Amino acid sequence: MIVLRVNGEQRTVDVPADMPLLWVLRDVIGLTGTKFGCGIAQCGACTVHLDGQAVRSCVLPVSAVGEKAITTIEAVGNTASGQKIQKAWLDVDVVQCGYCQSGQIMSAAALLARAPNPTDADIDAAMSGNICRCGTYVRIRAAIKQAATGKTEILQAIAPEGAV
Amino acid sequence: MKSKLPPAALQAPIDSDRRNALKLTGLSIAFLWGASSRTASAAMNARRQSSDAAAAAADGNPPFAPNAFIRIDTDGAVRLVMPSVEMGQGIYTGISMMLAEELGVDLGQIKVEHSPPNEQLYANPYIGGQITGGSTSTRGQYQVLREAGAVARTLLVSAAAERWHVDPSTCTVAHGVVSHAGSGRKLAFGALAKSAGVLPMPPKVTLKDPKDFTIIGKPLRRVDSVDKTRGATQFGIDVRVPGMKVATVRACPTFGGRLVGVDERRTRAIPGVIDVIRLENAVAVVGEHFWAAKQGLEALDIIWDPGENADLTTAELRGALAEALRNDKSIVAREQGKRPAEGKLIEAVYQSPMLAHAPMEPLNTTVSVTADKCEIWVGTQVPTRCVAGAAKITGLPPEKIVLHNQYIGGGFGRRLDSDSVEQAVKFAKQVKYPIKIIWTREEDIRQDIVRPMYHDHISAVLDTDGRLVWFGDRITGGTVLGRWLPMAMPKSGLDDDLVECAAKTPYDIPNVKVEWIRHDMPDGLLVGWWRGVGPTHNLFVVESFMDELAHSAGKDPLEYRRAMLQKNPRALALLNLAAEKIGWNQGTLPPRVGRGIALGEPFGSHVCLIVEVEVTAQGEVRLRRAVVALDCGIAINPSSIEAQIQGGLIFGLSAALYSGITVKKGGIEQSNFHDYRSLRINEAPRIEVHCVQSTQPPGGLGEVGTAIAAPALGNAIFAATGVRLRALPVERRLLVQSADALQRTVA
Repeated sequence: MIVLRVNGEQRTVDVPADMPLLWVLRDVIGLTGTKFGCGIAQCGACTVHLDGQAVRSCVLPVSAVGEKAITTIEAVGNTASGQKIQKAWLDVDVVQCGYCQSGQIMSAAALLARAPNPTDADIDAAMSGNICRCGTYVRIRAAIKQAATGKTEILQAIAPEGAV
Repeated sequence: MKSKLPPAALQAPIDSDRRNALKLTGLSIAFLWGASSRTASAAMNARRQSSDAAAAAADGNPPFAPNAFIRIDTDGAVRLVMPSVEMGQGIYTGISMMLAEELGVDLGQIKVEHSPPNEQLYANPYIGGQITGGSTSTRGQYQVLREAGAVARTLLVSAAAERWHVDPSTCTVAHGVVSHAGSGRKLAFGALAKSAGVLPMPPKVTLKDPKDFTIIGKPLRRVDSVDKTRGATQFGIDVRVPGMKVATVRACPTFGGRLVGVDERRTRAIPGVIDVIRLENAVAVVGEHFWAAKQGLEALDIIWDPGENADLTTAELRGALAEALRNDKSIVAREQGKRPAEGKLIEAVYQSPMLAHAPMEPLNTTVSVTADKCEIWVGTQVPTRCVAGAAKITGLPPEKIVLHNQYIGGGFGRRLDSDSVEQAVKFAKQVKYPIKIIWTREEDIRQDIVRPMYHDHISAVLDTDGRLVWFGDRITGGTVLGRWLPMAMPKSGLDDDLVECAAKTPYDIPNVKVEWIRHDMPDGLLVGWWRGVGPTHNLFVVESFMDELAHSAGKDPLEYRRAMLQKNPRALALLNLAAEKIGWNQGTLPPRVGRGIALGEPFGSHVCLIVEVEVTAQGEVRLRRAVVALDCGIAINPSSIEAQIQGGLIFGLSAALYSGITVKKGGIEQSNFHDYRSLRINEAPRIEVHCVQSTQPPGGLGEVGTAIAAPALGNAIFAATGVRLRALPVERRLLVQSADALQRTVA
């Protein structure tokens, strides 16, 4: 039996020690917001927080979690940075298929918690482990900046009729 | 705008597009055409037939369900049934906007639902099937959905007017409420649902004048953003049904190979493993959870019979294509004039690789098969194809196959096939519990149904002024339609997908010959539609070559194109707009920085892209900036348009820079994101989208950015380095700065 702290609740699970946290969350506890994308920490879809740090849960054996607090997409809105990021994600309307976005939001929330005003280089470093096949990167960058500064990022450029 | 209903009015917009529909990229199912106009009227009449009680019950018996798309409950809830499936392209928002505009509700007041499989009700009139693909959802349904909304609005107004004993024309509708201006009376849709539900269909409805639109044309937020931002959206992979077990599968890694035997002793010893089940070409391990199944699968000793393709390689496939190009008979797609005897002949061979779809959500299906029912939960672009496949496998009649479509974590064409669903049904038949089968990423890539590879000979004759007087393109490759639905191939044998954006270009060229040499892949190597389909392949070849011609003629690539666009003001405007926005030929660019243009008319839209790149001394390509000028006809949702262009562009740039599926020992070599690379945020360019306002019918969007990406990239790399790339993906060693770099070309 392994005892975990997931989103502020204590959960006891009967699983093999080498089972990645991802599958414990998804298939045993039933929290399916955290996604499976590659299984080898290449895409970031499975990103969760351990004591606020972004980790790839698809390669993290559940036995390595220990006492650390696990936060998933379902509860990241209870943190200050998670709330800001989720709001900016809606304001900028980042998502497309949405499958990678749990991981993107978890990476972005961890970034914002440690770097309240991230530079482009900070964003590159923190977010380059998260693949989005829909290609939402332009809006992800805009949303992170908007979450940090509160300043609205201008997006659409619709030329008025007859302008060209 | 007035129109009769049904069915004549519904055919009107379709007829005007009939030519396009018959030539639809990659999804041309002309033989179904007769069915599709009937479909539209069936959709409008749906639930008006007493025989439809079962459907009504499944919908929760809404008192007001005037057609296949709209359900209004007594409590005022407005449920919209989505004929297309949402896979990121934003179509649930677009459909909702089209319905809500005419119905008279706000997007915040509606809830969306996936449609059940039903060709009669939910076929896209543009395709003639309940298929989400080919960038056709908006094009095919714009008119139908607006009319559906207008019918519902007309009935609700009639119900209110009857109750108030007033003339319906004195009533107005907004925010889900019918109002009577004269008396100040108001009734919400919920209060009118019952009485509207028993009124006869109106003989005609009036559509809004586009200048009165309050929803269409506004940059609105997506209807699915909130749940997707909270991790609350249920994708196929998230489905959980009572008693369900989880399985993962390995199919023969060699194309067309077979399973000979499995030693499962080590697997059975793994805690949580429940079953090992077999098909003739695959084996699955079922577990209490995915981890047990995966551990179990890896512990199997599997013996395969690799079959006839055991030694197949990419080089062999490429060689066979080149030979077909030299020797095989072509089908002529377009011939106009003759090749002049005089002038400067320029020729080139271009090569395009096989590509995997690699959607973020690996393929998965949840299935329950019992003696008298087969229930399937899956995110699919082809729900009725899945039902047909399951019916055949189980021997059950189609009405006993219940398919619940799901949000899709990326389709890109992969979920236009039903292979993974059929495989799952075959496995599920063998067990007494529901199973969710999840493919690993490795399986998702190795068992992909890949974009075909192509090998094209392209030629031109320039007159003494460098003007293009002959354009010839001999396209060589396999057909997807011919594999997917052979009976839909036209008698001429021409699959239009192969020549789309080559047979017809934006340019005025006096003499043209475009041909296709069909060369299919060996049995077992399946080819499929991949985001951007034919245009992605042809625009790379044609627009790269246009750049070659400009340079050969000693002309600026922008000026060279301009001179050929005097009869095409729509394309010319976009070329000028993009050039102006990026500041073409203004100022000096740093060394090894270059800009490339591409222009095209894919999917009923018109687009010009200019990409700016820097190529490092080591041959790494940095994407600095991309400027897109777009004319997609009437813009339903500018925010969504921008997102689709940005995303499509990144998808296309990603493929051009990094992606290529190669074959060794008869199987796909790549396996996961480390060797099938994808563009990451630090590599993505700044992207500006400039959309021209238009009142023309809507064009497609989901694939436009992808289709236009590669040629602009290649042309920019040429401008930066002098190296002309005629094969994808970009081969970085050719771009390393060296003395002879300028002399080298690929192919």
